[in-house]
Formats: sequence, C-alpha cells, structure tokens
Amino acid sequence: MIEILFDPIFRVPFLTGLCLAAALSLVGAFLRMRNEWLAALGLSQMAAAGGMASAFLGVPVLVGAFGAAALAMLVKAALPRVGNSHYALMILLGWSGTLVLGSYMDHGQVIGESLLRGQLYFSHGGHLGGALGLLVAVVGAFRWLSPRLLTARFFPDYHGANRIPVWPYTILFALFTMTAAVLGTISIGAFPAFAMLFVPSWIGFVLVDGWVRSVAASVVIGAVAYVLAYVLAILIDLPFGPVLTGLLVLAASLRFLTAIRRRNVELSGDDLHFQHLSPPRAD
Amino acid sequence: MSKEVLLKLEGVVAGYTRPVVGPVTFSVKPGEVLGLGGPNGSGKSTILRSITGMSRVFSGSMHRAPDLTLCHQWQRPELPPELALLGSELYSLLGADPKDAPALIRPLMTQPLYRLSGGQFQLIQTLACLCSPARLVLMDEPTNNLDGRSLDALSAMLHQLDPSRAVLLVSHEISFLERHCTNLIEVGA
Repeated sequence: MIEILFDPIFRVPFLTGLCLAAALSLVGAFLRMRNEWLAALGLSQMAAAGGMASAFLGVPVLVGAFGAAALAMLVKAALPRVGNSHYALMILLGWSGTLVLGSYMDHGQVIGESLLRGQLYFSHGGHLGGALGLLVAVVGAFRWLSPRLLTARFFPDYHGANRIPVWPYTILFALFTMTAAVLGTISIGAFPAFAMLFVPSWIGFVLVDGWVRSVAASVVIGAVAYVLAYVLAILIDLPFGPVLTGLLVLAASLRFLTAIRRRNVELSGDDLHFQHLSPPRAD
Repeated sequence: MSKEVLLKLEGVVAGYTRPVVGPVTFSVKPGEVLGLGGPNGSGKSTILRSITGMSRVFSGSMHRAPDLTLCHQWQRPELPPELALLGSELYSLLGADPKDAPALIRPLMTQPLYRLSGGQFQLIQTLACLCSPARLVLMDEPTNNLDGRSLDALSAMLHQLDPSRAVLLVSHEISFLERHCTNLIEVGA
C-alpha cells in the first residue's frame, strides 16, 4: 500500500499541495496580523462560486475563480471601512452562489463538491507552476512587505503622514491574498484552503516569540500538517480535504503547550515585565 | 515660511464629515514641545489627524518643511490579542534603536506584544516614536494608562529631545503640559 505514495502520478499533486501549504500558511500569518483572517474564507467561497460560474458558462475554472475573487477584493477596497460583517456576507454569497449555480447543471453537485472539498489529485503542471510561483513570490517579498504591513498595522497613518505611497504594498498583498485563496480553492478546496490560511498562524503566533520566528513556525506547522494529511488520506483511502482540515484542527491543541508554559513562567516568578513596572500611581 | 519652522497651521478648520475644530493657528519649531490642551471632545486629536491626513481640512492652510518626517503616537492604540511581534521589533519598525530604549522598558523588548498590558503597549509605542528619527513627533494623550515610573521615563525622554526635533503634545492633563511644554495652546477655548 505504501508504494502508492511514491507513484510518479502523485508527484505533481503532492508538490502542488506542499507549495500551497507553505504559501497559504505564510499569507495567513499576514492576514492574522492584520486581523483579516475571516476575509480568507470569504475569498475562498467567492472563488468557489466563480469557479462554478465558469463551469456554467463553459470557460476555464481558473478564470471565473480569479474573476469572482478579484471582484470581492475590489468591493473590499472601495468600501471606506471593511469588517467581519462584510467578510461574512462574502462567505454567504459565495456559498449560496456555488450551490444555486450548481443546481442548474447536470454535474453541478460534483463540481460544487470538488470546489468546496478540493481535487488535489487532479493537479497538473499548470497548478504546480502557479503554486510554486506564489510561494516564491511571497517568500521573496517577505522582507520588503513585512515591515510595511506591520507599520501600517501599528501606526496606520505613518506612511501617509510621511508621503510614502501605500499602494505598492497594499496591491501586492491583495494580489497574494487573492491568488492564495483562488489556487487554494481550486486545488485543495475552499474549506481546507481556509483552514490552511487560518490555523497554522493561530498556533504559531502563541507557540514561538518573535515575528519572523512565529511566521516560520506557522509555515512549518502548515507543511507538516499537509504531509501527514496527504499520507493518511492515501494510506487509509480518505478524502484529502476533510483529513487536512481535521488534522489542522487537532494541531490547534498545540496551543495548550503555550498555556502550560505561560502558567509555569508565572508560577516561577520569571515574568520580567511584571517585576520591572510598578503598580499604577495613586493620583 | 521661515526655514526654522517645521510645521505651520493658519486658520485650519478640521473634521471628518463636518468641521469639528478650528480655526486653529500655530507653528512648531525645532527644539519645541508645543502643547495642545483643552477638554475632552474639543478636537485636539482631530488636529493631529489633520496633520497626518487622517482627518479633513475644511479651510485654512498647512505648511510643512520640505524634509519633514512625522511620527504619530495614537491615543488608545489597539493591542492585538495574539501577535508574537516583540517589543524590540515594534520599536525597530519606526527606525528606533531598541538599545536606546529607557532601562524601564528594556525587559519589555523581549516580550511578545500580546503579553503586555495596555499601558505597557502604549508606553512602548510612545517611546518608539520619541526614539525614532522623525523630526516631528505627534503625541496624543501619552499619559493615559501610565504608572508613575512610566510617566517619569516619558518625562525624561521629552527633556532629552534633540534640538533639531520637535513634539506636538496633546493632553487633557494641564499639569503635565505645563511641566513639559515650551508653548501651550488651548483648543476649544
């Protein structure tokens, strides 16, 4: 049974998923830092609806998925303030659109399920090229993008006040988010892609201290969860997407390690910052 | 505009969908700590935001020195619930050197932000602005949530300000403004 893992037919799907696992975990870390993680699910659902619309219109799935995600990003950019309520509407619209459009087609249910659950095993060279390109681009831009996005998060008017254009990093990050959501949805499915965007940084940010180290930890968690899910799904003959999502949820238990470590630090009186700051002044 | 002036506001009326403050006239020169006092809700923060472009200027004029660099310490900064960014990393974002941080906050430099209290987070942000290379630092109610030792650290930094730089300080605590400002303007008076 184990020889199936090394079958050449699975190499491209495996590598596609691995690149996506790393890229989505990395983009997810930025989304969490910006408190926009719910947007990832909204974009994945919109991409799924766009993919279904493509099948309905007879155009490549990638075109519709990108079109719908781009439309959602444009609406997001046009609104003066965007919050979780808007992302929730994107999720509902995407889910509704996928199923309603699917009901008009003979194979709508199958297509809808593949978009929500994923079809990694059918990945081809184009998918691998896209996933690898995304990973290389996000990793390559990390050192440039990171300080800009972090500064915008903590000092929102810093760039504007100093007449530093915000559009280059804003557009680049929007492109990364959109591409991650679309490629993730098409290859591993809307919910598994969201799980990969959401869970690794949720664990990584409390497991390791320091921005770069916590982002690296998130990527490692995402990649390890992916490899385990891939092997398990093939060996036990289970659907890959739900296995990946379930494993990531189980991996979230790693957060308890942090809670235990934090409690130990507090019990040992080793918590430096509370020792060095005096209590509030009476006046 | 004189070369010595970093920022000059003349009759500025600022607000958001409608004017909320002004007309206001003042100028800030290198070495100055200019205080903007006044009761809560008088529009002091809106003036700072008009300088950074976050609020709208309805009338009046604003002149900036051509090489002016700015840093704005926000009132009530939002502390991210879980973010592993260290205090030193937050400091470095503005070009401030964590080695220049006052001894009081050095232990916070190795802590992730989510382990800090609201007051500690605000103190790091405030001191990062003061340690940054920005020529004009806009400070919005920097004394909020600070304990006695933190206030002392902030006072020391204000007194050690490089003469080529300036601070525009908003506070409703008139005694703090009187202790630290070279000039004082009452907003909404």
